[in-house]
Amino acid sequence: MNIKHNIMLENLLLNIDAGTIDWSRAQFALTAIYHWLFVPLTLGLAVIMGIVETNYYRTKDEFWKTAAKFWQKLFGINFAMGVATGIILEFEFGTNWSNYSWFVGDIFGAPLAVEGIVAFFMESTFVAVMYFGWQKVSPGFHLASTWLTGLGATISAWWILVANAWMQYPVGCEFNPDTMRNEMVSFAEVALSPFAISKFCHTVTSSWIIGAIFCVGVCCWYLLKKRHTKLAIESMKIGAGVGLVAALLAGATGHKSGMDVAQVQPMKLAAMEALYDGGTEQGLKLVEGIEVPYGLSIMATNDPKGYVPGINNLLNGYTTPDGKTEPSADEKIARGKKAIEALAAYRKAKAEGADEATITQHLTTINENMKYFGYGYVKDKADLVPPVWINFWAFRVMVGVGCLFILFFAAILAVTYRWPKFLFGKRDITTLPAWHYWLAILLIPLAYIGSECGWLVAEFGRQPWTIQDMLPTWASVSDLQSSSVIITFFIFLALFTTMLAVEINILLKQIKKGPEL
Amino acid sequence: MTYEFLQHYWCFIVSLLGAILVFLLFVQGANSVARSLGYTEQGRRLVYNSTGRKWEFTFTTLVTFGGAFFASFPLFYSTSFGGAYWLWMIILFTFVLQAVSYEFQNKIGNFLGPKTFQFFLTLNGIVGPLLLGGAVATFFEGSNFIIAKDNLVDAGAITPIISRWANASHGLDALLNPWVLVLGFAVVFLARVLGILYVMNNVADEDIRSRGSVRLVGAAVPFLVLFVAYLVHLLLKDGFAYNAEGIIYMEPNKYLNNFLHMWYLLVVLLIGVVLVLFGIGKTIFSKGYNSGIWPAGIGTVLTVLALLLCSAWNNTAYYPSTADLQSSLTLANSCSSEFTLRTMFYVSLLVPFVLVYIIYAWRAIDKTKLTKQELQNDDHAY
Repeated sequence: MNIKHNIMLENLLLNIDAGTIDWSRAQFALTAIYHWLFVPLTLGLAVIMGIVETNYYRTKDEFWKTAAKFWQKLFGINFAMGVATGIILEFEFGTNWSNYSWFVGDIFGAPLAVEGIVAFFMESTFVAVMYFGWQKVSPGFHLASTWLTGLGATISAWWILVANAWMQYPVGCEFNPDTMRNEMVSFAEVALSPFAISKFCHTVTSSWIIGAIFCVGVCCWYLLKKRHTKLAIESMKIGAGVGLVAALLAGATGHKSGMDVAQVQPMKLAAMEALYDGGTEQGLKLVEGIEVPYGLSIMATNDPKGYVPGINNLLNGYTTPDGKTEPSADEKIARGKKAIEALAAYRKAKAEGADEATITQHLTTINENMKYFGYGYVKDKADLVPPVWINFWAFRVMVGVGCLFILFFAAILAVTYRWPKFLFGKRDITTLPAWHYWLAILLIPLAYIGSECGWLVAEFGRQPWTIQDMLPTWASVSDLQSSSVIITFFIFLALFTTMLAVEINILLKQIKKGPEL
Repeated sequence: MTYEFLQHYWCFIVSLLGAILVFLLFVQGANSVARSLGYTEQGRRLVYNSTGRKWEFTFTTLVTFGGAFFASFPLFYSTSFGGAYWLWMIILFTFVLQAVSYEFQNKIGNFLGPKTFQFFLTLNGIVGPLLLGGAVATFFEGSNFIIAKDNLVDAGAITPIISRWANASHGLDALLNPWVLVLGFAVVFLARVLGILYVMNNVADEDIRSRGSVRLVGAAVPFLVLFVAYLVHLLLKDGFAYNAEGIIYMEPNKYLNNFLHMWYLLVVLLIGVVLVLFGIGKTIFSKGYNSGIWPAGIGTVLTVLALLLCSAWNNTAYYPSTADLQSSLTLANSCSSEFTLRTMFYVSLLVPFVLVYIIYAWRAIDKTKLTKQELQNDDHAY
């Protein structure tokens, strides 16, 4: 293709319906939110059922086999929905974000392919052995299959989070003006990005919390009904143990994630804190008007005197106390436009066979301004501010729920092991007042809310970018009529909601039925 | 390894995944005939439980096929998925329905009833192969898209989109081409053939096996008629070729020329066709022979692999544009960078290891055939 040919085509093109962008965002958000209802339970229950079956393998006690089969049955009911919603997410990068797929497919496609080859096949192969292999394979092979199912799911999480982390912090790539896309130059930088490592650790440990509270909640229901008491007590010990470790790790990795965000996505952090005018010694707001002194500076920089820019600072430009200057949004937009204009000139010069000096001059201009390329598509700097109230409250709910679960799991472990003894007297886990059990059961949806809020912060905080500073949503979308996306949005909404209702009902009935004795 | 080698290598890997996917559509094929093959409620349960132990392989292969295509040929991914939106969305929609149908259909608490999910399995069993076959046919018949990379630097554009569909039907227009339907329905009946052969091999039930032999004839005849019709059409039709400058042009009998030029693909195609015919024929005519899935399955993989490689190798535009010939996708103009292809080459070396554990696990699960007795004792039966 040549430039002249492309220009001729332009009149046929560029009639995109602006509603397509918002509906495509809505559809992706819908799919991701639903997907994340099922994945964390898969990751969390995988650990619990692995430990339970390991106990069976070690003791040969049929009780543990019954318990393992019970948790695996609940795992299976949930697993199918995770798989179903996951396939939509992968293909939506192509169906709804085709420009994105070309612009960064050279980098972004690789983790998805590795995920398929390395993780999905492991998961799907061994999950079948786990379900149907009890009578067909040795106990050791079966146990290995159970752990490999969980490992496959976790490796899958690794690669998809590598891909997601790259969208938040694009590394290991260079723009190629001849192919008009970004190209990978270091797979190690992409696959082992510090942002990806923090994100993976935080996401997986928070998923273990979901698995743990689900396990504890189910056990509490049995204790409330005085059924399957042994299964409830033994499983609760495992669930609460996993939950406490996970909650503490989620807290630690969450802090590391916060520091990463402060470094590479300062606008997201400012939105999370509703911080309009930043500076040094910034306090962390618990809610509007109540703050922890120096808290935000410590969270962002590990230093009580650390500098944290606010939204206005980021829009208008600022200089940190150590002299580092960040340009204003207007300057970034101007430089982005310069990069785009230079790219157009470079393409034209090459197509027309211009001399080497002219081509090199355009190339130099592109390289000098490439850092702000994405800003060239921004028409109004106000578009650079993500929705503040969603980020502010979602962040607080996530952190609050996480802290609550540290206390909750510690309390469950204390009451399960009756330690310290003086506190419990003759009471044990089976003789608590009913509201204790109800509290644990009601905390299950709260854990999901906290987990979803984490993703709201991650994704709303990145807006308007699909890839931070590189490509905004309106330059990433596919050429579709909004009506098409609206129809598929509501089809998926109806489908996922119906299937979720079926799944919850089946899970409840299965729990009510209890293990096969 | 040269850049050109890597492009051809990744075309081979993606085509192999596509070929294995078509083989694994036996899950869909068996589900589409489960009502007649199973006949009774218990018989249908046997069929669903037999395919239910393999559906995740089909699903995973589809996802990996998509991921590998994305990583190696991102311009295809962005153009086809973003353009033929409805075609792909309907495929995905039916696969989502399938994914939950096994687990949910017979569980207590399924307020939609088992028949709803059995209907979903049938729907996926027909629509999935039909549209996937149709999508493959577009590699030879062409699609209605335009690519203009310089839109990315159009300052006046509301959205600087590179790939666009040239009409509002977004992929459904492919179904107006009768040859797309011919190959689509050929894949539907091929999936049925493979599904029947698989169930006859996997389920130890005389009723199902005897019904399978009869149903096999009913599926094999239309498959062979449609497949031969499409193959003849393909070998006689003009194809989309490109020259050393990357200019795309129509070449008479391009795909016939490709097979003659790449004689080894012709050999693979012929071996594949013979194996499929052998698997079908021996199952029909040799009483007590229930292993037809293996020759027919291997034959399917070889046949589809040869056809897919014929669509892309030997200077052929594998995703042709009927709206603008020069927008057609070739291996060279749509692939990832050399660095990415090389990196992914090393990742692909894990594939044999993956295949080994899949075969090991598959054999472990299938070493005893599925029976009604086993279903009664299996607390995870669907």
